[in-house]
Amino acid sequence: MSSFLSVRDLKVHFPTVDGIVKATDGLSFDLERGETLGIVGESGSGKSVSSSAILGLHRKTSAVVSGEILLEGTDLLKISDEDMRRRRGKEVAMIFQDPLSAMHPYYTVGNQIGEAYRVHHDVSKKAARARAVEMLDRVGIPQPDRRVDDYPHQFSGGMRQRAMIAMGLINNPSLLIADEPTTALDVTVQAQILDLLQDLQREFESAVIIITHDLGVVAEMADDVLVMYAGRCVEYGTTKEILTHPEMPYTWGLLSSVPDVLGDTSAQLVPIPGNPPSLLSPPPGCMFHPRCAHRDKVPGDLCRTVLPDLVPGTRTEGHLKRCHLTDPDAVYEREVLPEIAPDLVEER
Amino acid sequence: MSNQRPDGFGMPNDNQLPVTGGMPNEDAFGIGENAEDDAASFVEAERAHAASVFRPDAETILEVRDLRMYFPVKSAGIVRRTIGHVQAVDGVSFQLPAGGSLGLVGESGCGKSTTGRLITRLYEPTGGSIVFDGKDITKTSARGLKPLRREIQMIFQDPYTSLNPRHTVGSIVGAPLAIHHVVPKNKILPRVQELLEIVGLNPEHYNRYPHEFSGGQRQRIGIARALTLQPKVLVADEPVSALDVSIQAQVINLLQDVQNEFGISFLFVAHDLAVVRHFCPEVAVMYLGKIVEIADRETLYNRPNHPYTQALLSAVPDIKQASVGGRRERIRLQGDVPSPINPPSGCRFRTRCPLAQEICARVEPPLLQVGKRHKVACHFAGELGHHPDRPVTASLLGVDDSGTPNPGATPSAEVGNEPGFSDTWFDLERKTMASA
Amino acid sequence: MFAYVIRRLFIGAILLLVMSLVTFVLFFASPVDPGRYACGKNCSPAQIKQTNKALGYDKPVIEQWTDFLRGVVVGREYPDDPELRAAAPQLVTECPAPCLGYSVVNTSTVNAEIKEAFPISLSLALAALLMWVSGGVLFGVIAAVRKGTIIDRGIVALSLVFYAFPAFFIGIFLLKFVAIKWELVPPPTYTPIAEGGIGLWLQGLLLPGLTLALLYMAGYVRMTRAFVLESMTEDYIRTARAKGLKSRRVLVKHSMRAALTPLVTLVGLDFAGLMGGAIITETVFNYNGLGKLAVEANQTYDLPTIIGLVLLLGTFVIIANIIVDVLYAVIDPRVRVG
Repeated sequence: MSSFLSVRDLKVHFPTVDGIVKATDGLSFDLERGETLGIVGESGSGKSVSSSAILGLHRKTSAVVSGEILLEGTDLLKISDEDMRRRRGKEVAMIFQDPLSAMHPYYTVGNQIGEAYRVHHDVSKKAARARAVEMLDRVGIPQPDRRVDDYPHQFSGGMRQRAMIAMGLINNPSLLIADEPTTALDVTVQAQILDLLQDLQREFESAVIIITHDLGVVAEMADDVLVMYAGRCVEYGTTKEILTHPEMPYTWGLLSSVPDVLGDTSAQLVPIPGNPPSLLSPPPGCMFHPRCAHRDKVPGDLCRTVLPDLVPGTRTEGHLKRCHLTDPDAVYEREVLPEIAPDLVEER
Repeated sequence: MSNQRPDGFGMPNDNQLPVTGGMPNEDAFGIGENAEDDAASFVEAERAHAASVFRPDAETILEVRDLRMYFPVKSAGIVRRTIGHVQAVDGVSFQLPAGGSLGLVGESGCGKSTTGRLITRLYEPTGGSIVFDGKDITKTSARGLKPLRREIQMIFQDPYTSLNPRHTVGSIVGAPLAIHHVVPKNKILPRVQELLEIVGLNPEHYNRYPHEFSGGQRQRIGIARALTLQPKVLVADEPVSALDVSIQAQVINLLQDVQNEFGISFLFVAHDLAVVRHFCPEVAVMYLGKIVEIADRETLYNRPNHPYTQALLSAVPDIKQASVGGRRERIRLQGDVPSPINPPSGCRFRTRCPLAQEICARVEPPLLQVGKRHKVACHFAGELGHHPDRPVTASLLGVDDSGTPNPGATPSAEVGNEPGFSDTWFDLERKTMASA
Repeated sequence: MFAYVIRRLFIGAILLLVMSLVTFVLFFASPVDPGRYACGKNCSPAQIKQTNKALGYDKPVIEQWTDFLRGVVVGREYPDDPELRAAAPQLVTECPAPCLGYSVVNTSTVNAEIKEAFPISLSLALAALLMWVSGGVLFGVIAAVRKGTIIDRGIVALSLVFYAFPAFFIGIFLLKFVAIKWELVPPPTYTPIAEGGIGLWLQGLLLPGLTLALLYMAGYVRMTRAFVLESMTEDYIRTARAKGLKSRRVLVKHSMRAALTPLVTLVGLDFAGLMGGAIITETVFNYNGLGKLAVEANQTYDLPTIIGLVLLLGTFVIIANIIVDVLYAVIDPRVRVG
């Protein structure tokens, strides 16, 4: 039986005067209801572009989207624009980063939330407003019947994100995509929002894709992790596996370049050198090789010339990695872990 | 009515593709023309860095005492009267050791950025004093500030807007040299190139414009500019929060190198508790314009005594804990930070505090020294799970447990709000004064 | 909001005071003797002096200015000199408040002149405004929605053509060809509503209004197009689309509402400017509006008329600005509820 959501070889290409920008280049993953997938990557890694493609937001633009996006067996790339529009916000909903700019400044919060309901339900404005109040209450906004008539700028950052979540969930979508839902928020508010998302996911049994640059958010939220670099998936597996036994040097770099809030203070902060590559003319071979500190461990010119396939990792099934290293787990334990988490080495 | 928060708190800017427009803009893809050639040379240049270490014998370069900054709030009537004040910073005291770093953490609107700006004298404080290198600079006039600007420099959060797009990197970095007539004109360029090299940029690129650089490189330019006049103190206001994760570490390490090489003192303002922990041996936590806890790193992060610090720390997602399947105890704060125009009486945190009792609304807790290098402002200070049932501060303040003045008690004269640490402190366990 | 308007009106009044003073000072700093102009070419120096005295030009500038202000507040009588008034009571002209002065050149009060010209200019500006705003927004939105297509390029190119033509050319073309040669519409003459009803009034405004509208419309098409395209890249538009809204609703409710806000400012200022600025059109169609009045006053060195017009047009700009700001508060809740 096929998965609830199954993305196969998704490509999003933007033709520009300088050439084709391959923002997403061959992305595949599966997701079941009630599960959470974390997509991790930096600016321009293609994580947001891919999720917009699932919502069909690239339709009627110059972007060229190919591959398959199967939602309960229906290929979202093949259905008509009108069919896609009907599913948008109803079956597949999205909540965005920075709700101040993602909400219209001229309309009340209640109007905007109610609008999301009215698009898909033939109800009166009054009924939609009542439903909006109900949702605001559900996401924990105090005095929802009063705050429903406030404008977005009258809400605090955390409340705006709650309102955004209310808007996303008002039609009980089966798939919810959260694009950097907590990036603009303070940590204590971030914790509130992440808790809320988890509660609501349990309640609605939805599948959730959470897009973030923050491995900490992924660690708390996701069942599976997909690490993206320069438009491609470079590592994929269960969160626990990826965080404890990562096999791709880029993932190591992500782990080693964030300090830990409680770890050993003798831990080293090891940055990834250089900058992300241009998507117009990505480097030949492995896209990560110009910044990779371990490329010399691979014999010959392999890293510079041949793009590694996404292959099963060395330890567990379902763990995929895109790297030429033959014994990545050993390299990680021997060279990376002692620098970034000396305390964890002893525990193993 | 304007009710803006003076504490500008921005968000990391993830340059996403515009999904509605057809053409993606170049920057979203990180197309820096020099990205690749630089990348190759970086591999060797980047080194790993452990957390900064505390030097106990360092002298004090900067002392801040009871610093206050109130921004007026105007009415909307025909005649615009001042009807209140945003108490952005309200009675902050601390010392910054020469060559050391103090971290200032807290959430949006807590006053940490305003404090940083007060020290660089971008604002004139409403009250209190700032003593830099033995000189009181609190009320220094605009003219007198010019030499001061050489000594105290600032690094800003947003490398996209803090560099003038119409000036070359050379003139941005060299401008302070020209303004302050530090070196003769023909020596400016060599000095600029030297600075670019220090911050890890190609010295030949002095003729390029800011937009030709990536975010991380732009932040390096900002650091070079701040270093130009060899300042003694650098105020770094969220220096890495706008950068990508992999670039953040590069910049933090660069700042550490700069500190070690030139002996610069850092006031490091950030909301990211982990970054602050890595960079600063000493950290102050702010809430609604006040310092609620200040301590050395080990104490603050491992044995915080203030419920707010505890909540803040427990809210940070911990990758390493989660990766081994463990999870720390979570404390969830309810609601939002109250308005700094009309802050709660007594303890400002009490409206969201799980420990709050009557006394918290009546009496403001002093910033009490409770360890060798540890101060905390809480009536019920104690480690997580070991908070006392009765206010520890009552006898010191001369009140009873509910905060009503106790006529029979003899309050200790001045409790708290001294900038430094003294040799004796109040022992929370034994409720008496103790010393090392 | 009320307090805000009051405050703005107060500031506006001060601004007008300063404007009137500057106009007075500039006028008397010039090397021209106003009496000579007022009296005529063949006047003897004594007659000129007499004229100056009659008009009060012999007094110090500041005193003339305060006299003028007094006239605005309580009204005046002309000639200015009490002796002259006593000598020839049949020639005294009443000028009730707000008296803007007495034009010797046209032998009438400035108020009377303006009263005659004002309805013409106002009608013209209103007609033009209606045409250019509706046309500009309509074509601008069409161009934005069809961005990159032949329709978009056609609209942009055509608007550029009209933008490039001078007003007198469009005006003369409409008058000589459309009205006179092809007889599509009768040659325009201004008929007040009180005389000919709304139909004739509108008929008279059609061609001159269109002349002005075509000129302004070009800019509005391009601005509307740019604002709509810009708003389409906003995050909240993406949110609206992600909700599953139909494109038309995204455009009308979410994009246009935000895109048209900056146009309000422009409309307000353009309208105020047009009140006294439609000189060429008024000349081509021979409409005696404020613009034409201003040109004639300048040619004859008619100080009272000039000052009256400066203040009147200044008042329009100030009031237009206040209206624009109030409209902003109505449109944008961020201004209204802080």
